[in-house]
Amino acid sequence: MTLPTGVERHEFGGETSIATQGEPVYGERTDGDWRRWDPHRSKLGAMLEQGMETGLEGDETVLYLGAAAGTTVSHVADFGGPTYAVEFAPRPVRELLDAAESRRNLFPLLKDARKPESYAHVVEPVDVVVQDVATRGQARVATLNKQFLTDDGRLLAAIKARSEDVTADPADVFDSVRAELGSEYELLETARLDPYHEDHLGVVARPRED
Amino acid sequence: MSNGWFAGLDPDDDAAAVEQIEAGRADTPEDWPQQAVKAGFADDEAAYYDRLHEVTMAATSAAVAEQEGADDQQLVHAVRAMADCERTANELAERVAEWGGSRYGDSGSGVEYARSLADQDDEDEGDTALRALAEQTAGLAGEADSLRAYIERTAPAVAPNLSMLAGPVLAARLISLAGGLEALAKKPSGTVQVLGAEDALFAHLKGNAPSPKHGVIFTHEYVRGTRREDRGSAARALAGKLSIAARIDHYSGDRRPELQAELDDRIERIQARAEGGDDE
Repeated sequence: MTLPTGVERHEFGGETSIATQGEPVYGERTDGDWRRWDPHRSKLGAMLEQGMETGLEGDETVLYLGAAAGTTVSHVADFGGPTYAVEFAPRPVRELLDAAESRRNLFPLLKDARKPESYAHVVEPVDVVVQDVATRGQARVATLNKQFLTDDGRLLAAIKARSEDVTADPADVFDSVRAELGSEYELLETARLDPYHEDHLGVVARPRED
Repeated sequence: MSNGWFAGLDPDDDAAAVEQIEAGRADTPEDWPQQAVKAGFADDEAAYYDRLHEVTMAATSAAVAEQEGADDQQLVHAVRAMADCERTANELAERVAEWGGSRYGDSGSGVEYARSLADQDDEDEGDTALRALAEQTAGLAGEADSLRAYIERTAPAVAPNLSMLAGPVLAARLISLAGGLEALAKKPSGTVQVLGAEDALFAHLKGNAPSPKHGVIFTHEYVRGTRREDRGSAARALAGKLSIAARIDHYSGDRRPELQAELDDRIERIQARAEGGDDE
């Protein structure tokens, strides 16, 4: 697997981990101006650590859904191009604003990922949609936001089984999410994110032509 | 064709830009950077992105401040005011109906009747006096409606998980009965279960009544929609999840959508007792 330009492996206190260059955001370890991208705290980080073929090369235009406090999206903005960060809950967005302060290419938006019409007037078509929304109907969020992807763009999603149905077997939840996504996206690779994130499925997909 | 957030804006007008980011809409995304340069809004794409960074930071920070400014005490005032307006409107509506009945025969009741009288033309001085009272009544009922709309907008920002499980108005009532979100978060779930049923609770403690099974959470469809024998169980299950939601809202502020699924599942099992015999 090749890491995108701007993401490198560095050693932090005897442990090798992926890292990006930028202002620290969440108390992560640093090595010079490289800061550790903790796969335990970031699902996209876990996807990269697990060697999934994300297709990321660096400098992409990105729409990030479910940015929360900015842990992952700050790394994305470190190696990516213009990065639009959508988050619905006001409290974590305070920290997202702090992370965006030093990153001129990071655009925070307090919007609902289930209502793309409320940010389509700001967000341009992008190379990559990263999705990490802990809400029911995660496949639907991906479908609603497909319109932002360019024809050869990539959806990189982390699907949380417990958000869909706490009582069902995660494997069954993932099957139904895969089936629902399949009508709008061609699934290139899916993998469980254990041991970094329990009951999460990483998805790499490409939009099907309409 | 959709319009970008910058359409028709003076490039230096910060307030208008912030307003557009917050409230604007488009059907489809388009190459906004290119369009902005073409429209002369920005000199080049780099300048566009610089401006976009400034205005999204300002707009998002303003939106956060607005949503967070709605604190639990504001919610308590609003929900109490809403209850006062509703109660008073209903009381006055009864008076209006009684008075109206004496003038026009038995013609209706409630706030709706007051509203219909408020729109009527006057024939004589008695009509004027009655209509004025009906107008006040309808006005109060309207005030109750707008307070309800305010609560529905702000409760999810103050207590997202509690509002998700209970609905915004019941969430606000529980916060109000406890005296605040922190006070609610510190109450055991058995107390949350009977909040609003204090009279029945004290009668029970004095030894001359059965213990109340539910307080204000009775208005939740999961309690009301469960058959009588199982309502105690449903109320206990709901109160348990509501207390957890209140604690998460107060102490962490995270959203936990899985709480909804857990509650749905619990209630489904309780309600299934009605079908599959009585044993669980």
